[in-house]
Amino acid sequence: MKSVTHRKDLLSFDGMAREEALAILDTAKPFKDLFTRSVKKVPTLRGKTVLNLFYEPSTRTRTSFEIAAKRLSADVTNFAVSTSSVVKGESILDTIDTLQAMQVDYMIVRHGVSGVPEYIARHTKASVINAGDGHHAHPTQALLDAFTFREIYPDLTGKRIVVAGDILHSRVARSVFQLMHLLGVEVGTFGPATLIPPTIPDYVRVFTRFDEVLEFDPHVLYLLRLQLERQTANFFPSMREYHRVYGVTDERFRRIRERGMHIMHPGPVNRGVELVDDVMTYERTLINTQVENGIATRMAVLYHLTPEVTSRSHDAEVPA
Amino acid sequence: MQETPVLNPEAVSQAVKRLADEIHAAHGDTPIAFVGIHTRGVVLADRLVTELRTRRGGIEQGTLDISLYRDDLDNLAALPSIEGSDIPFDVEGATILLCDDVLFTVRTIRAAMNVLLDYGRPKCIQLAVLADRGHRELPIAATWTGIHIPTRREDYLRVHFRETDGVDDVIHYTRDPA
Repeated sequence: MKSVTHRKDLLSFDGMAREEALAILDTAKPFKDLFTRSVKKVPTLRGKTVLNLFYEPSTRTRTSFEIAAKRLSADVTNFAVSTSSVVKGESILDTIDTLQAMQVDYMIVRHGVSGVPEYIARHTKASVINAGDGHHAHPTQALLDAFTFREIYPDLTGKRIVVAGDILHSRVARSVFQLMHLLGVEVGTFGPATLIPPTIPDYVRVFTRFDEVLEFDPHVLYLLRLQLERQTANFFPSMREYHRVYGVTDERFRRIRERGMHIMHPGPVNRGVELVDDVMTYERTLINTQVENGIATRMAVLYHLTPEVTSRSHDAEVPA
Repeated sequence: MQETPVLNPEAVSQAVKRLADEIHAAHGDTPIAFVGIHTRGVVLADRLVTELRTRRGGIEQGTLDISLYRDDLDNLAALPSIEGSDIPFDVEGATILLCDDVLFTVRTIRAAMNVLLDYGRPKCIQLAVLADRGHRELPIAATWTGIHIPTRREDYLRVHFRETDGVDDVIHYTRDPA
Protein backbone atom coordinates (compact mmCIF):
# COMPACT_ATOMS: atom_id res chain seq x y z
CA MET A 1 0.00 0.00 0.00
CA LYS A 2 1.30 3.46 -0.93
CA SER A 3 1.58 5.43 2.25
CA VAL A 4 3.05 8.48 3.89
CA THR A 5 5.35 8.55 6.89
CA HIS A 6 4.35 9.67 10.34
CA ARG A 7 4.81 13.22 11.52
CA LYS A 8 3.67 14.57 14.86
CA ASP A 9 3.72 18.31 14.23
CA LEU A 10 3.62 20.82 11.39
CA LEU A 11 5.63 23.84 12.54
CA SER A 12 7.40 25.01 9.37
CA PHE A 13 8.83 23.47 6.21
CA ASP A 14 12.32 23.08 7.71
CA GLY A 15 13.56 19.61 6.89
CA MET A 16 10.45 18.63 4.96
CA ALA A 17 11.06 16.59 1.81
CA ARG A 18 9.37 17.51 -1.44
CA GLU A 19 7.60 14.12 -1.47
CA GLU A 20 5.97 14.81 1.88
CA ALA A 21 4.74 18.24 0.78
CA LEU A 22 3.32 16.67 -2.39
CA ALA A 23 1.69 13.88 -0.36
CA ILE A 24 -0.19 16.45 1.75
CA LEU A 25 -1.22 18.41 -1.35
CA ASP A 26 -2.38 15.21 -3.11
CA THR A 27 -4.47 14.27 -0.08
CA ALA A 28 -6.21 17.66 -0.05
CA LYS A 29 -7.83 16.91 -3.43
CA PRO A 30 -10.13 14.06 -2.30
CA PHE A 31 -11.03 16.18 0.74
CA LYS A 32 -12.11 19.01 -1.54
CA ASP A 33 -14.24 16.54 -3.53
CA LEU A 34 -16.20 15.83 -0.34
CA PHE A 35 -17.60 19.36 -0.37
CA THR A 36 -19.94 18.50 -3.24
CA ARG A 37 -21.62 15.65 -1.32
CA SER A 38 -24.85 16.03 0.61
CA VAL A 39 -22.99 15.09 3.80
CA LYS A 40 -19.71 17.02 3.79
CA LYS A 41 -18.38 15.23 6.82
CA VAL A 42 -16.26 12.08 7.17
CA PRO A 43 -15.76 10.13 10.42
CA THR A 44 -11.94 10.05 10.23
CA LEU A 45 -11.20 11.92 13.49
CA ARG A 46 -14.29 10.81 15.39
CA GLY A 47 -13.59 10.86 19.11
CA LYS A 48 -10.52 13.10 18.73
CA THR A 49 -10.29 16.57 20.20
CA VAL A 50 -8.88 19.55 18.33
CA LEU A 51 -8.06 22.67 20.28
CA ASN A 52 -7.72 26.10 18.73
CA LEU A 53 -5.18 27.96 20.84
CA PHE A 54 -4.99 31.47 19.43
CA TYR A 55 -2.93 34.02 21.34
CA GLU A 56 -3.48 36.49 18.49
CA PRO A 57 -6.77 37.53 16.95
CA SER A 58 -7.78 35.61 13.85
CA THR A 59 -11.17 34.93 12.39
CA ARG A 60 -10.37 33.37 9.03
CA THR A 61 -7.67 30.93 9.99
CA ARG A 62 -9.39 29.87 13.21
CA THR A 63 -12.71 29.36 11.42
CA SER A 64 -11.02 27.49 8.59
CA PHE A 65 -9.35 25.09 11.04
CA GLU A 66 -12.59 24.73 12.96
CA ILE A 67 -14.55 23.77 9.84
CA ALA A 68 -11.76 21.44 8.70
CA ALA A 69 -11.72 19.63 12.06
CA LYS A 70 -15.52 19.41 12.18
CA ARG A 71 -15.68 17.96 8.67
CA LEU A 72 -13.35 15.24 9.96
CA SER A 73 -15.82 14.68 12.84
CA ALA A 74 -13.40 15.85 15.54
CA ASP A 75 -14.63 17.76 18.57
CA VAL A 76 -13.37 21.33 18.42
CA THR A 77 -12.75 23.62 21.34
CA ASN A 78 -11.71 27.22 21.05
CA PHE A 79 -9.42 28.42 23.79
CA ALA A 80 -10.06 32.14 23.81
CA VAL A 81 -6.98 33.65 25.34
CA SER A 82 -8.51 36.96 26.33
CA THR A 83 -11.01 35.18 28.56
CA SER A 84 -8.60 32.59 29.93
CA SER A 85 -6.21 32.37 32.84
CA VAL A 86 -3.43 33.63 30.58
CA VAL A 87 -4.57 37.14 31.31
CA LYS A 88 -4.34 36.20 34.98
CA GLY A 89 -0.65 35.45 34.45
CA GLU A 90 -0.59 31.69 33.76
CA SER A 91 2.54 30.65 31.84
CA ILE A 92 2.34 28.91 28.48
CA LEU A 93 3.67 25.67 29.94
CA ASP A 94 1.10 25.66 32.74
CA THR A 95 -1.62 26.24 30.15
CA ILE A 96 -0.29 23.34 28.06
CA ASP A 97 -0.17 21.04 31.07
CA THR A 98 -3.77 21.90 31.85
CA LEU A 99 -4.87 21.26 28.28
CA GLN A 100 -2.84 18.05 28.12
CA ALA A 101 -4.78 16.82 31.13
CA MET A 102 -7.95 17.41 29.12
CA GLN A 103 -6.75 14.81 26.57
CA VAL A 104 -6.42 17.09 23.59
CA ASP A 105 -5.16 15.30 20.44
CA TYR A 106 -4.40 18.26 18.16
CA MET A 107 -3.46 21.84 19.07
CA ILE A 108 -3.71 24.61 16.50
CA VAL A 109 -1.44 27.36 17.80
CA ARG A 110 -1.11 30.99 16.81
CA HIS A 111 1.18 33.26 18.78
CA GLY A 112 2.76 36.67 18.24
CA VAL A 113 6.19 35.35 19.23
CA SER A 114 8.21 33.20 16.81
CA GLY A 115 8.95 29.71 18.09
CA VAL A 116 6.10 29.36 20.58
CA PRO A 117 4.35 26.54 18.64
CA GLU A 118 7.63 24.63 18.52
CA TYR A 119 8.11 25.15 22.25
CA ILE A 120 4.60 23.85 22.91
CA ALA A 121 5.15 20.89 20.55
CA ARG A 122 8.18 19.82 22.59
CA HIS A 123 6.08 19.74 25.74
CA THR A 124 2.96 17.96 24.61
CA LYS A 125 2.02 14.60 23.17
CA ALA A 126 -0.65 16.27 21.07
CA SER A 127 0.06 17.12 17.45
CA VAL A 128 0.79 20.83 17.10
CA ILE A 129 -0.01 22.79 13.95
CA ASN A 130 1.55 26.22 13.63
CA ALA A 131 -1.22 28.60 12.57
CA GLY A 132 1.21 31.54 12.46
CA ASP A 133 3.97 32.51 14.88
CA GLY A 134 5.49 36.00 14.93
CA HIS A 135 7.34 36.70 11.71
CA HIS A 136 8.43 33.07 11.47
CA ALA A 137 6.04 30.73 9.63
CA HIS A 138 2.45 30.01 8.61
CA PRO A 139 2.75 26.64 6.88
CA THR A 140 -0.92 25.84 6.28
CA GLN A 141 -1.37 29.17 4.45
CA ALA A 142 1.50 28.29 2.11
CA LEU A 143 0.09 24.78 1.58
CA LEU A 144 -3.33 26.08 0.60
CA ASP A 145 -1.64 28.57 -1.75
CA ALA A 146 0.39 25.77 -3.36
CA PHE A 147 -2.77 23.64 -3.63
CA THR A 148 -4.57 26.53 -5.37
CA PHE A 149 -1.57 27.10 -7.68
CA ARG A 150 -1.51 23.37 -8.54
CA GLU A 151 -5.20 23.32 -9.43
CA ILE A 152 -4.24 25.60 -12.33
CA TYR A 153 -0.76 24.21 -13.04
CA PRO A 154 -0.61 20.55 -11.91
CA ASP A 155 3.19 20.49 -12.30
CA LEU A 156 4.68 23.48 -10.51
CA THR A 157 8.26 22.77 -11.60
CA GLY A 158 9.64 25.84 -13.36
CA LYS A 159 6.52 27.94 -12.72
CA ARG A 160 7.06 31.46 -11.38
CA ILE A 161 5.56 33.40 -8.49
CA VAL A 162 6.22 36.92 -7.23
CA VAL A 163 5.32 37.76 -3.65
CA ALA A 164 4.68 41.49 -3.35
CA GLY A 165 4.45 43.74 -0.32
CA ASP A 166 5.56 43.74 3.27
CA ILE A 167 7.99 40.80 3.36
CA LEU A 168 9.65 41.98 6.57
CA HIS A 169 6.62 41.47 8.80
CA SER A 170 5.23 38.49 6.93
CA ARG A 171 5.35 34.91 8.18
CA VAL A 172 3.17 34.08 5.16
CA ALA A 173 5.92 35.26 2.79
CA ARG A 174 8.54 33.17 4.58
CA SER A 175 6.47 29.99 4.36
CA VAL A 176 5.39 30.68 0.77
CA PHE A 177 9.02 31.22 -0.31
CA GLN A 178 10.12 28.01 1.38
CA LEU A 179 7.32 25.76 0.12
CA MET A 180 7.31 27.13 -3.44
CA HIS A 181 11.07 26.66 -3.63
CA LEU A 182 10.67 23.10 -2.31
CA LEU A 183 8.12 22.43 -5.07
CA GLY A 184 10.45 23.71 -7.78
CA VAL A 185 8.76 27.09 -8.31
CA GLU A 186 10.96 30.09 -9.20
CA VAL A 187 10.39 32.73 -6.57
CA GLY A 188 10.62 36.53 -6.80
CA THR A 189 9.64 39.36 -4.52
CA PHE A 190 8.61 42.96 -5.05
CA GLY A 191 8.23 45.66 -2.45
CA PRO A 192 9.75 48.63 -0.69
CA ALA A 193 13.44 48.01 0.07
CA THR A 194 12.68 48.95 3.69
CA LEU A 195 10.25 46.01 3.92
CA ILE A 196 12.54 43.38 2.41
CA PRO A 197 14.59 41.70 5.15
CA PRO A 198 18.36 41.32 4.68
CA THR A 199 17.98 37.65 5.61
CA ILE A 200 15.88 36.85 2.54
CA PRO A 201 16.91 33.44 1.07
CA ASP A 202 19.35 33.43 -1.87
CA TYR A 203 16.89 31.73 -4.20
CA VAL A 204 14.45 34.67 -3.99
CA ARG A 205 14.96 37.24 -6.75
CA VAL A 206 14.36 40.75 -5.47
CA PHE A 207 12.61 43.23 -7.79
CA THR A 208 12.29 46.90 -6.92
CA ARG A 209 10.49 48.07 -10.09
CA PHE A 210 7.24 46.69 -11.47
CA ASP A 211 8.76 46.48 -14.98
CA GLU A 212 11.18 43.89 -13.62
CA VAL A 213 8.24 41.87 -12.34
CA LEU A 214 6.62 41.97 -15.79
CA GLU A 215 9.91 40.86 -17.33
CA PHE A 216 10.08 37.89 -14.92
CA ASP A 217 6.51 37.13 -16.10
CA PRO A 218 5.17 35.23 -13.05
CA HIS A 219 2.23 32.84 -13.36
CA VAL A 220 0.98 34.14 -10.02
CA LEU A 221 1.31 37.56 -8.44
CA TYR A 222 0.90 37.03 -4.70
CA LEU A 223 -0.05 40.22 -2.87
CA LEU A 224 0.60 40.32 0.85
CA ARG A 225 -1.64 42.22 3.16
CA LEU A 226 -0.05 45.45 4.34
CA GLN A 227 -0.10 44.74 8.05
CA LEU A 228 -1.24 48.08 9.34
CA GLU A 229 -1.20 46.83 12.93
CA ARG A 230 2.51 46.01 12.67
CA GLN A 231 3.62 49.31 11.13
CA THR A 232 5.30 50.80 14.17
CA ALA A 233 8.13 52.52 12.30
CA ASN A 234 7.85 54.61 9.15
CA PHE A 235 8.79 52.15 6.42
CA PHE A 236 7.08 54.18 3.68
CA PRO A 237 5.62 57.68 3.46
CA SER A 238 1.86 57.01 3.19
CA MET A 239 -0.74 54.43 2.18
CA ARG A 240 -1.43 56.30 -1.03
CA GLU A 241 2.28 56.32 -1.79
CA TYR A 242 2.49 52.56 -1.06
CA HIS A 243 -0.39 51.87 -3.42
CA ARG A 244 1.09 54.03 -6.17
CA VAL A 245 4.56 52.48 -5.99
CA TYR A 246 3.95 48.85 -4.85
CA GLY A 247 0.23 48.14 -5.19
CA VAL A 248 -1.81 46.91 -8.15
CA THR A 249 -2.97 50.20 -9.68
CA ASP A 250 -5.45 50.47 -12.57
CA GLU A 251 -2.54 50.78 -15.01
CA ARG A 252 -0.73 47.73 -13.59
CA PHE A 253 -3.95 45.74 -13.48
CA ARG A 254 -4.36 46.36 -17.21
CA ARG A 255 -0.92 44.87 -17.87
CA ILE A 256 -1.56 41.95 -15.49
CA ARG A 257 -4.77 41.14 -17.37
CA GLU A 258 -3.01 41.33 -20.74
CA ARG A 259 -0.58 38.68 -19.57
CA GLY A 260 -3.23 36.50 -17.97
CA MET A 261 -1.48 36.41 -14.60
CA HIS A 262 -3.34 34.97 -11.64
CA ILE A 263 -3.67 36.98 -8.43
CA MET A 264 -3.49 35.55 -4.93
CA HIS A 265 -3.82 37.24 -1.54
CA PRO A 266 -3.95 35.62 1.91
CA GLY A 267 -6.66 38.05 3.02
CA PRO A 268 -8.11 40.13 4.41
CA VAL A 269 -7.63 42.63 1.58
CA ASN A 270 -7.02 46.34 2.14
CA ARG A 271 -8.87 47.65 -0.91
CA GLY A 272 -7.14 50.60 -2.51
CA VAL A 273 -3.83 49.70 -0.82
CA GLU A 274 -2.57 46.34 -2.17
CA LEU A 275 -4.98 46.38 -5.08
CA VAL A 276 -7.77 48.36 -6.77
CA ASP A 277 -11.39 47.19 -6.44
CA ASP A 278 -11.58 45.80 -10.00
CA VAL A 279 -9.01 43.11 -9.13
CA MET A 280 -11.52 41.52 -6.77
CA THR A 281 -13.88 40.68 -9.66
CA TYR A 282 -11.13 39.68 -12.15
CA GLU A 283 -11.71 36.08 -13.31
CA ARG A 284 -8.11 35.12 -12.50
CA THR A 285 -8.22 36.43 -8.95
CA LEU A 286 -8.04 33.34 -6.75
CA ILE A 287 -8.67 34.95 -3.35
CA ASN A 288 -11.99 33.19 -2.69
CA THR A 289 -10.67 29.91 -4.08
CA GLN A 290 -7.80 30.16 -1.60
CA VAL A 291 -10.29 30.46 1.27
CA GLU A 292 -12.25 27.43 0.05
CA ASN A 293 -9.08 25.40 -0.48
CA GLY A 294 -7.93 26.33 3.03
CA ILE A 295 -10.47 23.94 4.52
CA ALA A 296 -9.49 20.98 2.33
CA THR A 297 -5.78 21.63 2.86
CA ARG A 298 -6.17 21.86 6.65
CA MET A 299 -8.18 18.61 6.61
CA ALA A 300 -5.26 17.01 4.76
CA VAL A 301 -2.80 18.35 7.36
CA LEU A 302 -4.90 17.04 10.27
CA TYR A 303 -5.14 13.66 8.53
CA HIS A 304 -1.39 13.65 7.89
CA LEU A 305 -0.33 14.22 11.51
CA THR A 306 -0.20 11.53 14.17
CA PRO A 307 -0.39 12.55 17.82
CA GLU A 308 1.80 10.56 20.21
CA VAL A 309 -1.25 9.80 22.32
CA THR A 310 -2.51 7.38 19.69
CA SER A 311 -0.05 4.52 19.40
CA ARG A 312 0.01 2.92 16.00
CA SER A 313 0.95 -0.74 16.03
CA HIS A 314 2.85 -2.30 13.16
CA ASP A 315 0.98 -4.52 10.77
CA ALA A 316 2.30 -8.02 10.24
CA GLU A 317 3.98 -8.64 6.92
CA VAL A 318 1.23 -9.11 4.38
CA PRO A 319 1.71 -10.67 0.95
CA ALA A 320 0.57 -8.31 -1.79
CA MET B 1 4.25 -19.05 4.11
CA GLN B 2 2.71 -21.69 1.87
CA GLU B 3 0.92 -20.71 -1.34
CA THR B 4 -2.07 -22.63 -2.68
CA PRO B 5 -3.58 -21.42 -5.96
CA VAL B 6 -7.37 -21.41 -5.66
CA LEU B 7 -8.43 -19.96 -9.00
CA ASN B 8 -6.36 -19.78 -12.20
CA PRO B 9 -6.89 -17.07 -14.88
CA GLU B 10 -9.56 -19.06 -16.65
CA ALA B 11 -11.45 -19.79 -13.43
CA VAL B 12 -11.35 -16.09 -12.49
CA SER B 13 -12.96 -15.19 -15.83
CA GLN B 14 -15.61 -17.88 -15.35
CA ALA B 15 -16.38 -16.71 -11.82
CA VAL B 16 -16.79 -13.12 -13.01
CA LYS B 17 -19.03 -14.23 -15.88
CA ARG B 18 -21.17 -16.30 -13.52
CA LEU B 19 -21.58 -13.30 -11.22
CA ALA B 20 -22.62 -11.21 -14.23
CA ASP B 21 -25.17 -13.88 -15.26
CA GLU B 22 -26.72 -13.99 -11.80
CA ILE B 23 -26.89 -10.20 -11.51
CA HIS B 24 -28.44 -9.96 -14.97
CA ALA B 25 -31.05 -12.60 -14.13
CA ALA B 26 -32.00 -10.77 -10.94
CA HIS B 27 -32.10 -7.21 -12.28
CA GLY B 28 -33.11 -7.54 -15.93
CA ASP B 29 -33.13 -4.05 -17.45
CA THR B 30 -33.84 -2.00 -14.31
CA PRO B 31 -31.32 0.84 -13.77
CA ILE B 32 -28.40 -0.23 -11.62
CA ALA B 33 -25.19 1.41 -10.42
CA PHE B 34 -21.97 -0.53 -9.86
CA VAL B 35 -19.63 0.85 -7.21
CA GLY B 36 -16.18 -0.69 -6.81
CA ILE B 37 -14.21 -0.39 -3.58
CA HIS B 38 -10.57 0.63 -4.08
CA THR B 39 -8.45 -1.06 -5.35
CA ARG B 40 -9.51 -4.45 -6.65
CA GLY B 41 -13.23 -3.93 -6.13
CA VAL B 42 -12.93 -1.24 -8.79
CA VAL B 43 -11.52 -3.84 -11.19
CA LEU B 44 -14.31 -6.32 -10.38
CA ALA B 45 -16.97 -3.62 -10.95
CA ASP B 46 -15.29 -2.70 -14.22
CA ARG B 47 -15.33 -6.29 -15.47
CA LEU B 48 -18.95 -6.86 -14.46
CA VAL B 49 -19.99 -3.62 -16.18
CA THR B 50 -18.08 -4.53 -19.35
CA GLU B 51 -19.76 -7.94 -19.40
CA LEU B 52 -23.26 -6.59 -18.72
CA ARG B 53 -23.07 -3.68 -21.18
CA THR B 54 -23.03 -6.22 -24.02
CA ARG B 55 -26.48 -7.32 -22.85
CA ARG B 56 -28.25 -4.19 -21.52
CA GLY B 57 -28.12 -0.41 -20.95
CA GLY B 58 -28.94 1.73 -17.91
CA ILE B 59 -25.72 0.98 -16.03
CA GLU B 60 -23.93 3.62 -13.96
CA GLN B 61 -20.49 3.18 -12.47
CA GLY B 62 -18.50 4.69 -9.60
CA THR B 63 -15.58 4.08 -7.25
CA LEU B 64 -15.31 4.28 -3.49
CA ASP B 65 -12.35 5.05 -1.22
CA ILE B 66 -13.12 4.01 2.33
CA SER B 67 -9.84 5.20 3.97
CA LEU B 68 -11.53 8.08 5.78
CA TYR B 69 -14.20 5.74 7.20
CA ARG B 70 -11.92 3.03 8.55
CA ASP B 71 -12.36 2.09 12.20
CA ASP B 72 -8.70 1.11 12.62
CA LEU B 73 -6.81 4.28 11.57
CA ASP B 74 -5.20 4.52 15.02
CA ASN B 75 -3.79 1.01 14.68
CA LEU B 76 -2.17 1.25 11.28
CA ALA B 77 1.59 1.36 10.81
CA ALA B 78 1.23 3.82 7.94
CA LEU B 79 -1.57 6.11 6.86
CA PRO B 80 -3.36 4.87 3.74
CA SER B 81 -3.03 7.24 0.81
CA ILE B 82 -6.41 8.53 -0.24
CA GLU B 83 -7.48 7.86 -3.81
CA GLY B 84 -10.81 9.61 -3.41
CA SER B 85 -14.29 8.45 -4.28
CA ASP B 86 -15.97 9.12 -7.60
CA ILE B 87 -19.74 8.78 -7.55
CA PRO B 88 -20.87 10.43 -10.81
CA PHE B 89 -24.57 9.57 -10.40
CA ASP B 90 -27.33 10.48 -7.96
CA VAL B 91 -27.27 8.04 -5.05
CA GLU B 92 -30.75 9.16 -3.97
CA GLY B 93 -33.15 6.36 -4.90
CA ALA B 94 -30.51 4.35 -6.83
CA THR B 95 -30.07 0.58 -6.80
CA ILE B 96 -26.41 0.15 -5.95
CA LEU B 97 -24.29 -2.91 -6.41
CA LEU B 98 -21.21 -2.68 -4.25
CA CYS B 99 -18.24 -4.73 -5.53
CA ASP B 100 -15.19 -5.99 -3.67
CA ASP B 101 -12.62 -8.71 -4.28
CA VAL B 102 -12.53 -10.53 -0.92
CA LEU B 103 -15.17 -10.76 1.82
CA PHE B 104 -13.45 -11.24 5.19
CA THR B 105 -14.21 -9.29 8.39
CA VAL B 106 -16.73 -7.19 6.39
CA ARG B 107 -15.52 -4.04 8.14
CA THR B 108 -14.64 -2.62 4.72
CA ILE B 109 -18.23 -3.22 3.60
CA ARG B 110 -19.55 -1.49 6.73
CA ALA B 111 -17.33 1.51 5.93
CA ALA B 112 -18.36 1.47 2.25
CA MET B 113 -22.05 1.52 3.16
CA ASN B 114 -21.46 4.49 5.46
CA VAL B 115 -19.68 6.36 2.66
CA LEU B 116 -22.54 5.69 0.24
CA LEU B 117 -25.18 6.78 2.74
CA ASP B 118 -23.36 10.11 3.10
CA TYR B 119 -24.03 10.74 -0.60
CA GLY B 120 -27.77 10.19 -0.28
CA ARG B 121 -30.44 7.56 0.40
CA PRO B 122 -30.21 4.72 -2.12
CA LYS B 123 -33.20 2.49 -2.86
CA CYS B 124 -31.06 -0.50 -1.92
CA ILE B 125 -27.44 -1.60 -1.66
CA GLN B 126 -26.42 -5.10 -2.73
CA LEU B 127 -22.99 -6.70 -2.57
CA ALA B 128 -21.02 -8.77 -5.08
CA VAL B 129 -17.67 -10.33 -4.12
CA LEU B 130 -15.34 -12.59 -6.02
CA ALA B 131 -14.26 -14.64 -2.97
CA ASP B 132 -15.78 -15.14 0.50
CA ARG B 133 -13.21 -16.46 2.99
CA GLY B 134 -15.38 -16.33 6.12
CA HIS B 135 -14.58 -14.84 9.58
CA ARG B 136 -17.00 -11.94 9.40
CA GLU B 137 -17.13 -9.69 12.43
CA LEU B 138 -20.40 -7.92 11.60
CA PRO B 139 -23.78 -9.30 10.45
CA ILE B 140 -23.25 -8.50 6.75
CA ALA B 141 -23.51 -11.00 3.88
CA ALA B 142 -22.83 -10.79 0.15
CA THR B 143 -25.78 -10.89 -2.25
CA TRP B 144 -23.62 -12.60 -4.88
CA THR B 145 -20.44 -14.59 -4.28
CA GLY B 146 -18.04 -15.95 -6.93
CA ILE B 147 -16.47 -18.62 -4.73
CA HIS B 148 -16.48 -19.65 -1.05
CA ILE B 149 -13.03 -20.52 0.29
CA PRO B 150 -12.65 -21.93 3.82
CA THR B 151 -9.65 -20.31 5.54
CA ARG B 152 -8.16 -19.96 9.00
CA ARG B 153 -8.32 -16.52 10.60
CA GLU B 154 -4.53 -16.03 10.37
CA ASP B 155 -4.30 -17.02 6.68
CA TYR B 156 -4.19 -14.57 3.80
CA LEU B 157 -6.34 -14.76 0.72
CA ARG B 158 -5.28 -12.61 -2.21
CA VAL B 159 -7.19 -11.88 -5.39
CA HIS B 160 -4.96 -10.67 -8.21
CA PHE B 161 -6.21 -8.96 -11.35
CA ARG B 162 -4.34 -8.27 -14.58
CA GLU B 163 -5.14 -4.55 -14.28
CA THR B 164 -3.54 -4.23 -10.83
CA ASP B 165 -1.20 -7.19 -10.48
CA GLY B 166 -0.40 -8.33 -14.02
CA VAL B 167 -2.15 -11.67 -13.60
CA ASP B 168 -5.63 -13.04 -12.86
CA ASP B 169 -5.63 -15.52 -9.98
CA VAL B 170 -6.65 -16.19 -6.38
CA ILE B 171 -3.99 -17.45 -3.96
CA HIS B 172 -4.47 -18.84 -0.46
CA TYR B 173 -1.45 -18.24 1.83
CA THR B 174 -1.16 -20.43 4.91
CA ARG B 175 1.51 -20.38 7.60
CA ASP B 176 3.91 -23.30 7.52
CA PRO B 177 3.08 -25.78 10.27
CA ALA B 178 5.53 -24.98 13.06
